[in-house]
Amino acid sequence: MERTTLDLWVGVFVVAGIAALVVLALKVGNLSTYNVSESYQLQAHFTNVGGLKPTASVRSAGVLVGRVVSIVLDTSNYDAKVTMSIDKRYQFPKDTFANILTSGLLGEQYIGLIPGGDDKMLQNGDEFKKTQSAVVLEDLIGKFLYNSSDAKK
Amino acid sequence: MNIVGGLRGIGKRVVNAVWRTGYGARFFVMTLRYSGMSFRRFRLTVREIFFSGVLSLIIILVAGMFVGMVLGLQGYETLKRYGSESALGSLVALSLVRELGPVLAALLFASRAGSAMTAEIGLMKATEQIDAMELMAVNPIARVVAPRFWAGVISMPLLAALFSAMGVFGGYVVGVVNIGVDEGSFWSQMQASVDFQHDILNGVIKSLVFGLAVTAIALFEGYDAPPTAEGVSGATTRTVVESSLAILMLDFILTAFMFQGA
Repeated sequence: MERTTLDLWVGVFVVAGIAALVVLALKVGNLSTYNVSESYQLQAHFTNVGGLKPTASVRSAGVLVGRVVSIVLDTSNYDAKVTMSIDKRYQFPKDTFANILTSGLLGEQYIGLIPGGDDKMLQNGDEFKKTQSAVVLEDLIGKFLYNSSDAKK
Repeated sequence: MNIVGGLRGIGKRVVNAVWRTGYGARFFVMTLRYSGMSFRRFRLTVREIFFSGVLSLIIILVAGMFVGMVLGLQGYETLKRYGSESALGSLVALSLVRELGPVLAALLFASRAGSAMTAEIGLMKATEQIDAMELMAVNPIARVVAPRFWAGVISMPLLAALFSAMGVFGGYVVGVVNIGVDEGSFWSQMQASVDFQHDILNGVIKSLVFGLAVTAIALFEGYDAPPTAEGVSGATTRTVVESSLAILMLDFILTAFMFQGA
């Protein structure tokens, strides 16, 4: 077996193909934003999650600090239980607010954390006590129409 | 023309089609069974990767570039109406990675490499090289067919990935460099909407399936071609027609499975 130029070309082809896959994964896809650094899990209960989806981002002051892992219906009191994994570098006080917000008017939904002033920090498995549900646009419009027709009477 | 003769003709065609399908299935199973040699003597497969993969590189890269550029132009024209030019990146990347990359690369592969495979094997049969191998107790399926099959299956996902990457670059050139869409929102919207598992891996699976289908059809048509000049030319045409149809039908089935409800 000796090396031939044919092997070189096939090698170039295979390397270029794999490089294209890596570029697609890192530059085009979201693989680079999956955090490989250590994280801890926090929970929050919301009465309505709106259009929030797993892998949605968790932000504090606009900075990405984690991602939503799972959203399940908690049948003990019929609200949504959202589990999120937060980067270990960021610690939040016990009285942090967790709000479901929308980026832009029709953009995707994410969880915004507004830290409180407590000395104690949330630990792995803890729960946000203060939450605010997603703003459902239909409800808002419905309320607005209802109120304005009331006001006319 | 009498009725009996017409009916007989239809029956003959149907029986013939079923017969060929069965023969094709057996041929495919035999190819898988005798593919040990294409990995033990990997050099055979490497040679075929050169002919089907490396020589298709130019057409795949150029086509991918232009498809991406067209997507950039058309996408911009449409998105401009809704004032959401910043979504151009995700439009270009999603349509390439999910659909256009695997499908167009496979169509080009079928007409560039599939037809060549059919013609080569058909001609080998017409010039009795296949029979000569059998006389020398060399299994032609293991020696000629299986390496080409695996070369196609290996090349196809790589070609599709190159097509998509090139297309995204083409979309970038037209959208950001030419038209002047904001570069940051182009990439960040793209990364926010393209999921590695859901979009990129599914695209790779698609291209694997297409590669399998195209090479299996091309090799069978070549092996089954009547050993005449007419027979080989007919088989080459059938390869391109059948594998293009197979790609589009398989694409529908795979898309229905992969992206339903999500």
